This record gives sequence, structure tokens and C-alpha cells, in this order.
Amino acid sequence: MKYVATFLVLFASYILLAGFYVQELILGAIVSIILTIILAKLVNYTIDYRFPVKLLVFIFAYLPVFIWKLILSNIDVARRVLSPKIPLNPGFVKIKTDLKGDFAKLALANSITLTPGTLSVDIKDEYIYVHTVDVKGKTLEENTKNISGIFEKLLGGVFK
Amino acid sequence: MIDIIVFSLVGLGILFAVIRLLKGPTPADRVVALDTFNIIVIGVIALLAYHFQNSLYLDIAIVYAILAFIETIVFARYLEGNHGDC
Amino acid sequence: MEIVSYVFMIIGGLFYLLGGLGVLRMPDTFDRIQAGTKATTLGAFTLLIGIGIANPDWLLKVFLIIVFIALANPIGSSALAKAAYRSCELPKNLVQDDLKELFGGEDNDSN
Repeated sequence: MKYVATFLVLFASYILLAGFYVQELILGAIVSIILTIILAKLVNYTIDYRFPVKLLVFIFAYLPVFIWKLILSNIDVARRVLSPKIPLNPGFVKIKTDLKGDFAKLALANSITLTPGTLSVDIKDEYIYVHTVDVKGKTLEENTKNISGIFEKLLGGVFK
Repeated sequence: MIDIIVFSLVGLGILFAVIRLLKGPTPADRVVALDTFNIIVIGVIALLAYHFQNSLYLDIAIVYAILAFIETIVFARYLEGNHGDC
Repeated sequence: MEIVSYVFMIIGGLFYLLGGLGVLRMPDTFDRIQAGTKATTLGAFTLLIGIGIANPDWLLKVFLIIVFIALANPIGSSALAKAAYRSCELPKNLVQDDLKELFGGEDNDSN
């Protein structure tokens, strides 16, 4: 299955970049097969028959929340940039994640970076270190619930 | 007409980022300003594609995005390398 | 349809302007990283979507640029934040610092 996943990713990228022509389809298939044979030892993701369902969950449950949070965070940035007295209470806090797998952690860290007032700095095993402009909670659980609660739930539904 | 308005807004953004790039007290500030500058330039190249109605500029924007990402990572590694006495 | 694309482009330009202003006006490095990353990411999304609406043939390529920016921009800012932390430019008014346990001050023998 690993070979099929790698081939699909490479072929889709090639076609998106080159356009829908017959020559490009044939050449893209050949190049993708050669690159798949070379690269497939290095990757560790896979797809199975539940992949379309996961993709639908990702698009219809995760992306609207993500875009809404992105707009909220931009309003927050605008408020803090344009107000002359900037209210700040910064700090580095640690939160815990239950997600497994590199891509799930990458998606969670990117979501944390693009939500209001937080910036993920580093990942070590199952802890994510976050810079936040307004420290609210004291304990690990409080911070985890405040910062990554909803994304943790949604991504847990996608990457299971 | 729309081109002029959007180009002037984006150009002001570039101007502010360049002021921070020239003024920034620490090297990290300059690299942050350079990162912001690069992402704004991606938008400028896409606007050029719209202005000249030529889709080749979008390919340039893709290549510029990839090079900007690599540039940011390389500068971050470099800054991380010469941390001195805290 | 043209009006919609104009609105998207102007909103994108405004967010780019906000990103530049945030990088200029924020008081310390990490706030600059936050303002720059968030505002320019949403600005790039809206500007590119506006261009894609104006020319529907380009939507696939514009979508590819958007996916790449959404993946790469937060990663770059995380790497920058880590580098800024390790090069000892901490803000003065921190109320909590959990990162100290990860990068203690005693590991400056590498490099």
C-alpha cells in the first residue's frame, strides 16, 4: 500500500503542476513510477480503504473550524497591532497531545500556530511547547484544554 | 484601477517589513522581517500574473515559495548554531 | 463575479498590510513572529483566492500554492521561534517558561 500512496501523491503533484494533457499524463506516470521505486523506502505513511471517509471528515469537519479560527486570530492580531497600548502577558507553556504519527502532529502544530495568540515552538515526544501572549491556566491540563482542545478532538477523528 | 489599490496596499506592507529588516535590533528580528517579506512577495508575483493575464507567473510564485521556505529554514539553522552565552 | 474577486483581493492586501505593520510595531521577537505569520498567511489565502475567482482556469494552481503556504509557513515560523529562543533573546516580562527544561543553559558545546 505504501507504493500506491507514494505513487498517487507524486502523480497528483505532477498533474497539478503540468496540466491536463495526454503527453503530460503519460510522462507523469513514467516519472512517478521511477520516483516511487526510489523513494518508497524512505516514507512511512500509508492509505487504506477508509481514506475517502477520512478525507471527507477532514474537509467538512476540520477545515471550517480551522478557517474560522484563522479569521479570529487575524482579528485578534489587528486589535493588538492597532491599539496603542498593547496588552501582553507572555509565556512559554507546555501542552500534551495524544495523537500518534508525524503527520497528525504536524497538522496539530500548524493549527496551534494559526490560532489566536499561540505559536508552537517545538515538539518533544508527546509534548508541544507553545509560546502564548496571554498565559491563562496554571497546570498542564488547563493549558492543554485551552489551547488545543477542539483541534485535538477533530484531528483525533481524522487520524485514527 | 483595482490593480493600483491592491498594489499600493501590498507595497505598504513590504515597506513596513523592510523598515523592520533595516532597523531590527537582533538578527532574529531581521530574519522574521525577511520571512514576512518573502510571503508578501509571493502575493505580488500572483498579482503580476493577474495584471498581465499570464499564468506563467504562477509557476514563478510556486518556485519562489519553495525557495523562501528553504531560505527561512537555513537562516533559522544558522541562528540556532551560533547561540552563545546566556 | 468580478466584484467578488475585487473584494477578496482588497481584503488580502489589507491583511498583508496588517502583517507588515505587525512586524514593525510589535514589541518583541516572538510577537513579531506571531503577527507576521498569521496575518500574511490569511492575506495570501484571500489574495490568491481572489485571483483564482477572477481567472477560473488558474484555480488548481492557485490551490496548490495555498496548500503549500499553509504547510510551509507555520513550519518556518516554528523553526524561527526555536532559533530565536536558543539565541538568548528572551523578552523581559515572561510569566512562565516551560521551555527551559528542554534547552538548559549548559549545552553550548555543540557547534
